[in-house]
Amino acid sequence: MLRVEGIDVYYGDLQALREVSLEVNRGEVVAVIGSNGAGKSTLLRTVSGILRPRRGQIMFNAANISQARTSRIVEQGISHVPEGRQIFPTMTVLENLEMGAQFPRTQKVQQETLAQVYAIFPRLKERRSQKAGTLSGGEQQMLAMGRGLMARPALMMLDEPSLGLAPLLVSKIFEIIQHIHRQGTAILLIEQNVFHSLKIADRGYVLENGQIVLSGSGRQLLENPHIRKTYLGL
Amino acid sequence: MTRRHVFFAAVLLVLLALPLFLDKYALGIFVMIFFYAYVGQSWNVLTGYTGHISLGHALYIGIGAYATTFLAQTFGITPWIGMLVGGIAAVLIALFLGFLGFRFGIRGVYFVIMTIAFAEITRLIVSHVEALGSFSGIFVDFNPSFWNFQFRGNLPYYYISLGFMLASLVAVHLIEISKLGRFMVAIREDEEAAQALGVDTFRCNMFAIAISAFMTSLAGAFYANYIYYLHPNSLFGMALSIELILRPIVGGLGTLFGPVIGSFILTPLSEISRAYFSKGGLEGLHLILYGILAILVVLFMPKGIIVYVKRALHPILGTTNAE
Repeated sequence: MLRVEGIDVYYGDLQALREVSLEVNRGEVVAVIGSNGAGKSTLLRTVSGILRPRRGQIMFNAANISQARTSRIVEQGISHVPEGRQIFPTMTVLENLEMGAQFPRTQKVQQETLAQVYAIFPRLKERRSQKAGTLSGGEQQMLAMGRGLMARPALMMLDEPSLGLAPLLVSKIFEIIQHIHRQGTAILLIEQNVFHSLKIADRGYVLENGQIVLSGSGRQLLENPHIRKTYLGL
Repeated sequence: MTRRHVFFAAVLLVLLALPLFLDKYALGIFVMIFFYAYVGQSWNVLTGYTGHISLGHALYIGIGAYATTFLAQTFGITPWIGMLVGGIAAVLIALFLGFLGFRFGIRGVYFVIMTIAFAEITRLIVSHVEALGSFSGIFVDFNPSFWNFQFRGNLPYYYISLGFMLASLVAVHLIEISKLGRFMVAIREDEEAAQALGVDTFRCNMFAIAISAFMTSLAGAFYANYIYYLHPNSLFGMALSIELILRPIVGGLGTLFGPVIGSFILTPLSEISRAYFSKGGLEGLHLILYGILAILVVLFMPKGIIVYVKRALHPILGTTNAE
């Protein structure tokens, strides 16, 4: 479904990604792990068109989207839940969610999607008329995910959804990711929480210094000595 | 909701009837209140709602004033058409500035500097163009008639400036409830998140700056035919750019009534204290008063005086859905 083919991405003169290739197939959960500054967020931002690759291309359902506008990319079914719970703090929860559904395709079924999102995140329904800035960290993450779902994505890209959350909430967020996946959305997950993400991932990639250094099934990677030593401290 | 309608209707009636009880001087103060409320609202579209700080909005006032006057004095074109031409010119310049800023990611302080630079460059160019009066400026010929947008006495200006302010309130309210308005606020709160959701942020930013510039330039046409004297330093200068942003900041940035409330507080303060202090040979002291007030507001009411006004009006208006 998504095929990233050998992309190089730069911030000015600084190269952030080197010949990165990866694939997400229909119905898969794919995790990209790596430390801070490895280029994980850059990868997602490039796929969603916020950054442009200087070389290589990004294919989504056989269409080349490497130079497409972000709005086109979202419309075609890729939803990007950015890092750090980037919600709109002075808008209400409901207004935040509505921001996620702004294309004719998604607007037509907005009420239905909203009901589904509320079913996944009952807390958001309780707080729907509250200002998003007053939510707790975990609730804001749920709102960011719910907002991403409002676009009815075929592929959902999550950037560090567990960042800064209490352990109990982390487990909850990963459960929800699996739930969303079971409902038919492919997931591309970027995480520092290596253990959790590889456990739920069908396949994983390891990004170090802007390059993919390892890939394999979630289970294989969990057993890989390099990963156990570097990322899990075992 | 009906309570609010009654309240607004009452305020409107008072404003419409007020000139019956005011002398020429007081009328003039009200003209400036409405004028600055209007200009502040225009600036509010770009900076308050969309979050891009412009410190060069005098540019658009200047363009509106000079375009209208030049077309009227050289070709005899009525200011009613001239101000639209000025508006289009302002939009074109704003779009160019916006293109540089929004396409190439010039944000934050760099965007601010660019807005100042555009205004300063235009000021210098106008200062050297003979046809525009260069350094000495232009005296606007006075031929009062509706067609010439020139009137005797302050009364017509009172109603015109009131009309401008009301029109800006309606326009910005319509923007607020539109999709574009939602997107503008989303951009202000988190531009990248908005983009990641598929908002065409570049287009929204361009719309915001174009609307803001167009509205501001109309105020320039009004200024030219109210003050009757155009000078590049006062029309394109930093002083005006700063003057016009104080009211929305004090009143409440990114709110519909913030610029109006700010203007009702600051404009009389400015006009009266300026008159008072310059009699005592203390010209400029009112600016210090201003500065102190601005600092106090930023420190103690970062959301603007509107928060307190809303609280005070709560018993009359009932619960408000906005803010």
